[in-house]
Amino acid sequence: MNETDVLEALRDAAVEVLMVDGALVTLDARFHEDLEADSLDLVELVMALEERFDVSIPEKELEGIATVKGAVELFARHIPTGV
Amino acid sequence: MTVGAHSPTTDWAGRPRVAVTGVGMKTPVGNDVESFWKGLLAARSAAAPIEAFDASPLGVRFACEVRDLEPEVYVEPKEARRLDRTALLGLAAGLDAIADAGEIGAEPARSAVVAGTGIGGLQTFVDQQQVYLEKGPERVSPFLVPMLMPNATAAHLSMRLGWTGPSLCVTTACAAGANSIGEGARLVRDGIADVVLAGGTEAPLTPVTMAAFWRMGALSTRNDEPERASRPFDVDRDGFVMGEGAGFVTLERWDHATARGARIYGEVVGYGANCDAHHITAPDPQGAGAVACMRLALKDANLDPDAIGHVNAHGTSTPMNDAIEAAAIREVFGSPGPPVTSIKGVTGHLVGGAGAVETIAALLAARCGEVPPTGNHDTTDPEVTIDVVAGGVREIGVAPAVTNSFGFGGHNATLVVAPAP
Repeated sequence: MNETDVLEALRDAAVEVLMVDGALVTLDARFHEDLEADSLDLVELVMALEERFDVSIPEKELEGIATVKGAVELFARHIPTGV
Repeated sequence: MTVGAHSPTTDWAGRPRVAVTGVGMKTPVGNDVESFWKGLLAARSAAAPIEAFDASPLGVRFACEVRDLEPEVYVEPKEARRLDRTALLGLAAGLDAIADAGEIGAEPARSAVVAGTGIGGLQTFVDQQQVYLEKGPERVSPFLVPMLMPNATAAHLSMRLGWTGPSLCVTTACAAGANSIGEGARLVRDGIADVVLAGGTEAPLTPVTMAAFWRMGALSTRNDEPERASRPFDVDRDGFVMGEGAGFVTLERWDHATARGARIYGEVVGYGANCDAHHITAPDPQGAGAVACMRLALKDANLDPDAIGHVNAHGTSTPMNDAIEAAAIREVFGSPGPPVTSIKGVTGHLVGGAGAVETIAALLAARCGEVPPTGNHDTTDPEVTIDVVAGGVREIGVAPAVTNSFGFGGHNATLVVAPAP
């Protein structure tokens, strides 16, 4: 899966779930510090992306993901090509 | 006896007096004190066909809804998504009550919240149950628990205000709002808090809740004339009309309020709370609990029944509640007794919000000496031998008032409020 497409989807989800300005959702952005997302927000964000791409990310792999870049790479690994 | 203050700042029993320095409400009849009071005096019922959802399959298709709530005035959009309507209504009414009180300047650790509700964040639960059924457990919102929990309103108010004193939730069904104000007054009297934001909230308008109350036989089924359905103490009453809404008061230790030159609406001078201990939904047929509760509140206020200018009844418009409450009022106050009104003819039944909104109504009436009429009260039930205010506003003069709230479970709460001297 193209990381740019994942970033696009993550940006849409962040605008809806976190109610942040889409321009703030860059690869460098940190969820907690820059996007003011707490742990429950992140669960909801991940749920939105899982639904969007019809994938399930194991809980363990989500641990330690602190930036948009980390999340995009994680999802890109899990989403089958061609989706 | 009079409203006896042994000193300017303590009551007859030597306890700190409890001033009401702010009020706030979100109700089917108005979202600010002016429109609320005007609506009560006009006594036009707010009941109408339900707009919040498709009610067509239901046995009861009308209710009293809060219109024109402006969440963005009170919360950021992100926070609004994380609040059930119960907490949103409560937060809005609570913040209004604080704004209305002016610059309080209270110590955070001595500032408390008591926010009652009958049920809690029911809409959220209903929505997420649907998500679970349609999409499975993995899609259930992580916010379900913090939005559903009945204490969410209290927690959000404390957080927003930065108040670190007690933050409590009273869940005594339809008595929750009145119990919350009573328990809040106790925190001031006991010396625990200087300021307490106290009240109640409810947003019970979901299809399944309406079906449930209908199946209990508690609701009016007057679908063809919703605006005529809530008619407390009237011979043609057939049940209560479901409503939603919230009311909060800012309670303040008397000397704390006067030291800052606060505008004082009046004071909470008496509180009674007890339980019928009889049946999970039906009141004691003799009204023994209600009688005892009103007497407890009068004793707490050190007032004789004849010092009371009017009674703001629970008056739900159900056949049984109104008959038993009327008999109880008559037993406590004798005949003819003080004028009695029920604002539920206008507002419907706000469940956990009712007692708080009605305490505000009772205090406004007590301080201006005008009792709002009971909506839709055309012909008094012959079994009801109390003086029901109907047809127009009753001028009574400035005097203390009693307000009753009774909840499923047999929970009774009575408050005595007095206008500022």
